[in-house]
Amino acid sequence: MNFPILSSLILLPLIGSLFLLFSKDKNSNTGKYVALFTSFVNFLISLYLWYQFDPTTSSFQFVEDREWLKGFVNYKVGVDGISILFIVLTSLITPLCIISVNNTVKYRLRDFLIAILIMECLMIGVFCSLDLVIFYLFFEAGLIPMFLIIGIWGGTRRVYSAFKFFLYTLLGSVLMLIAIISIYWISGTTDITQLYEIGIDTKYQNLLWLAFFSSFAVKTPMWPVHTWLPDAHVEAPTAGSVLLAAILLKMAGYGFIRFSLGLFPVASELFTPLVYVLSLIAIVYTSLVALMQEEMKKLIAYSSVAHMGFVTLGIFTITQQGIEGSIVQMISHGLVSAALFLCVGVVYDRMHSRLIATYGGLVSVMPKYSILFMLFTLAALGLPGTSGFIGEFLILTGAFKDNFLVAVIASLGVIFGAAYMLWLYRRVVFGEVINKDLLKMPDLDNSEKFILWCLAIPVLFFGFYPEPIINTIEISVKDLIEMYNFNLNMYMPEVIN
Amino acid sequence: MEIALLFLPLIASITSGFLGKFLGDRNSEIITSVFVSISAILSLVLFYSVIVNGYESNVVVAKWINSGTLDVNWSIKVDALSSLMLVVVTLVSALVHIYSIGYMSHDPHKPRFMAYLSLFTFSMLTLVTSDNFLQLFFGWEGVGLCSYFLIGFWFKKDSANAAAIKAFVVNRVGDFGFALGIFLIFYLFGTVNYSDVFNQIPQIVDKNLSFLGFDVKAVDLICILLFIGAMGKSAQIFLHTWLPDAMEGPTPVSALIHAATMVTAGVFLVVRCSPIFEYSPLTLNLITVVGMTTAFFAATVALVQTDIKKIIAYSTCSQLGYMFFAAGVGAYNVAMFHLFTHAFFKALLFLGSGSVIHSFKDEQDINQMGGVYKKLPYTYIFMIIGTLALTGFPFLSGFYSKDAIIEFAYLKGNTTGYYAAGVGILTAVLTSIYSWRLIFKTFHGEYNNKKIDIKEIHESPLIMLLPLFVLAIGAIFVGFLFRDLFIGHGEDNIFWGNSIKFLNPLSTEHPPLWLLLTTPVLVLISIPIAYYLFVKEKSVPYQIVQSNKPMYNFLINKWYFDELYEVLFIQSSKKIGLFFWKVIDVKIIDKFGPDGVSLLIKNLSLKASKFQSGFIYQYAFMILLGFSALLTFLILN
Repeated sequence: MNFPILSSLILLPLIGSLFLLFSKDKNSNTGKYVALFTSFVNFLISLYLWYQFDPTTSSFQFVEDREWLKGFVNYKVGVDGISILFIVLTSLITPLCIISVNNTVKYRLRDFLIAILIMECLMIGVFCSLDLVIFYLFFEAGLIPMFLIIGIWGGTRRVYSAFKFFLYTLLGSVLMLIAIISIYWISGTTDITQLYEIGIDTKYQNLLWLAFFSSFAVKTPMWPVHTWLPDAHVEAPTAGSVLLAAILLKMAGYGFIRFSLGLFPVASELFTPLVYVLSLIAIVYTSLVALMQEEMKKLIAYSSVAHMGFVTLGIFTITQQGIEGSIVQMISHGLVSAALFLCVGVVYDRMHSRLIATYGGLVSVMPKYSILFMLFTLAALGLPGTSGFIGEFLILTGAFKDNFLVAVIASLGVIFGAAYMLWLYRRVVFGEVINKDLLKMPDLDNSEKFILWCLAIPVLFFGFYPEPIINTIEISVKDLIEMYNFNLNMYMPEVIN
Repeated sequence: MEIALLFLPLIASITSGFLGKFLGDRNSEIITSVFVSISAILSLVLFYSVIVNGYESNVVVAKWINSGTLDVNWSIKVDALSSLMLVVVTLVSALVHIYSIGYMSHDPHKPRFMAYLSLFTFSMLTLVTSDNFLQLFFGWEGVGLCSYFLIGFWFKKDSANAAAIKAFVVNRVGDFGFALGIFLIFYLFGTVNYSDVFNQIPQIVDKNLSFLGFDVKAVDLICILLFIGAMGKSAQIFLHTWLPDAMEGPTPVSALIHAATMVTAGVFLVVRCSPIFEYSPLTLNLITVVGMTTAFFAATVALVQTDIKKIIAYSTCSQLGYMFFAAGVGAYNVAMFHLFTHAFFKALLFLGSGSVIHSFKDEQDINQMGGVYKKLPYTYIFMIIGTLALTGFPFLSGFYSKDAIIEFAYLKGNTTGYYAAGVGILTAVLTSIYSWRLIFKTFHGEYNNKKIDIKEIHESPLIMLLPLFVLAIGAIFVGFLFRDLFIGHGEDNIFWGNSIKFLNPLSTEHPPLWLLLTTPVLVLISIPIAYYLFVKEKSVPYQIVQSNKPMYNFLINKWYFDELYEVLFIQSSKKIGLFFWKVIDVKIIDKFGPDGVSLLIKNLSLKASKFQSGFIYQYAFMILLGFSALLTFLILN
């Protein structure tokens, strides 16, 4: 138990990237094997962590507490049911990304791998920090490697997209930094467990909530600060898109649960209608926009905004089903959107076009690809039997408990979701092969098959048997809601009654 | 046994789907057919023990979702209702599997086709054997998915792909209602298991909910939402548009999915939830109205269609309408009886038409056929049997079930009931006319096909005729055999057990004799009329069309539903989507957001940089200006 398992999860990728840094050859495969090895070991450790995790308690486990800035900030990490699965997800996605660079990254491979490993280190850090300052450092630092990934290895408009991404996210987080500093002055600590106990004075909560919200809303992204995401996705290389969609977006959802609900219950209650409205707009609006997209990556990016709209909706229902559904939806979307971006990457590597119109009739050329792509399409539209359904269903159940109309409007998104995903699939995969260049495309190679199956199996498994996920998060969510209601009751009893 | 029954089709599907390449076409066909046939035999055994011993069981296979108070299992529930559905599903499915071996003999993707068929069977079985709403929903979506795959089976045809998506999305609209119904049930009862929900229903009968400012009874709202789901799946009016298009799929698919099984899932849902619907007279009336409107609407459209499969598709739509209005007047058992008989004769008609299409080398237009009854003697006889059964020719299966529906509607004794009975009789006449039109145009008169020489027309192989034979036997006898069991009046009729709830026992009176005679007589008279119109004097229908052109256009364009939806939903969604994207995202959010801000900063800094001109006198002037401003400020203070 004394073995610092979380720190090793954070540090291992960093050590790997140091090895890479000192290697001389910039494009060799050895670098790739080093990166793959470290991230794979990390995945095994995270599985061990999940295995050792005790789901019967909501208190933080595997806690490490070290002095960092004396009397001010401690390096404190730990996990509970809410955060642990994101760590497993991160460490699953990273090695898959590294395998996928085979075909996508043509130059400065070593630097690319370093960026990805550093990303992994920072993302795991985000999910296990138990101190606001540490959290902020990881959260913000993640921007830099992503900025580089888009800006160096991206497409033709990469610089514009990279700066748009950077500006948006930075603007939000500056406010969060100010909020964190104020919390220190108000409460005298930035330790999350202590803050949970002492609570934060209600008169500051609204402003603080808004400051955190501005950062998380951009990262989620919520309407109307979502426009950076389609641009970033279109320009980012495949592995970048995968990390962005699968993990980066989830940091915000996680933040909402951990900080907005945990620290500012009174403000959360007050601003719930705001979140509802923005989530509903995100679901309906971006679904309609997704319907009209002509580029595959943009379409999936817009669909991500809609899916994250479900997540924010579920979180702020403050019900057991809603929050559990949001976490399941985030995990599921992490797997599915990663897979969809990889699917786009597969055909992009062969044809160098992301336009839907380029394709058509792929099923005759690439049957294996078509099957897997179909599976992820179905998961994205929330078909029962895939993990996508479990998340959406639980969220809507929770929303229904809270507000009938909200659930009705959100359910509309399910119809649109079917329309845009199936239409995309039809235009890309079905029909006659019109573009003769497509005939030369080889079907999935072994590494592509491996990556996609690694994502497909959990999508199906958790669709039929979500118990392992739900069991892990159940108690933590339950206690979070209890704490939330307790605080609410203390500060504004009239809301409860 | 239940587990074997349920999972054999799944195993067959996986085997054929993933190992089809290694097994070869023939082996995949044999494995899927045999497995599903075993399943059919098991369901017959089960059905028998339900009839004789009143067997009931509920096997829990595994846990599914367990979140908070939501607790859902994978389970297999067997009672009278589900055992009846099991027989229908597995029997028709097994016959369709066998038939497909012949029908798809020229297709290069046989293992895939068989895998889809078996997967469909599995999904349908999970749907009917569920003991909770969520597994029902799983099966519901599963059959929808298989239907999507099978409609779009010939993926190179654009029309097939469009039809597949249409079917899925229109069904999603229904599912939207259905899912909301499930949420509402969970919200009110804290569970989605049938037995718990049904037990608690009486306690919430008087509960009101406020919905969009209206005060509605909770039970009405549940029922209406569930019924919207049923309308989508069972192609009732407004949500029917996908069914005729679904005929793009191979014909065995139409027989299995779009006639006998999947489309009846909506009826099954209503009957399964009879313990809820019984408490909502409002919804029951709505169901009656929707059912009879659909029955009438589809029959009128079927009168003028020329595609042999579309005629039968509209006929299915119409017959489903009958089932719904039977359920709407509270005669759930009669609805199930018609579902049962309909499965036989409609599957027979579809497979028969498939045999015709097969002979005509994929020609589906009945104007391109005619005069081939001697060439296709067996198919001809089977089609005649199917038509007789469908139109309610005395003592064939449709006669018992359809007339019973009209009688029960009449006996209901209220306005809706009388009205429904009237529409039911009218529709029965229309049904007779369009069905005979199909027969006469296809098999009688002159041979009209210019492309294929009549000598090339030959009867289908035995493997296709055999299933037709079995179904024909069913179409003739099941009505007579099962009438007493399913809709018998006697006190000792305990077949349905607890699977159907009647709040008020069904009327046991006998309807007046004139009513009993009306339908069969009208149906009989319409046969010679149809013969006269479509074989003897072909100019008469032509003149009728010419003198009623607007009416004809209205019918041939299927009451313009597709055009209406195209404008109302599809085009407008696309326009709104484009507007959101090109105007709001690009022109407003980006322009005033990141691009605008960066442009502003750029312009400001350009202006600011002009101050740094490098000329000393300018700097000196600025200093002077600033100094004097400061002084003025200080002095004034």
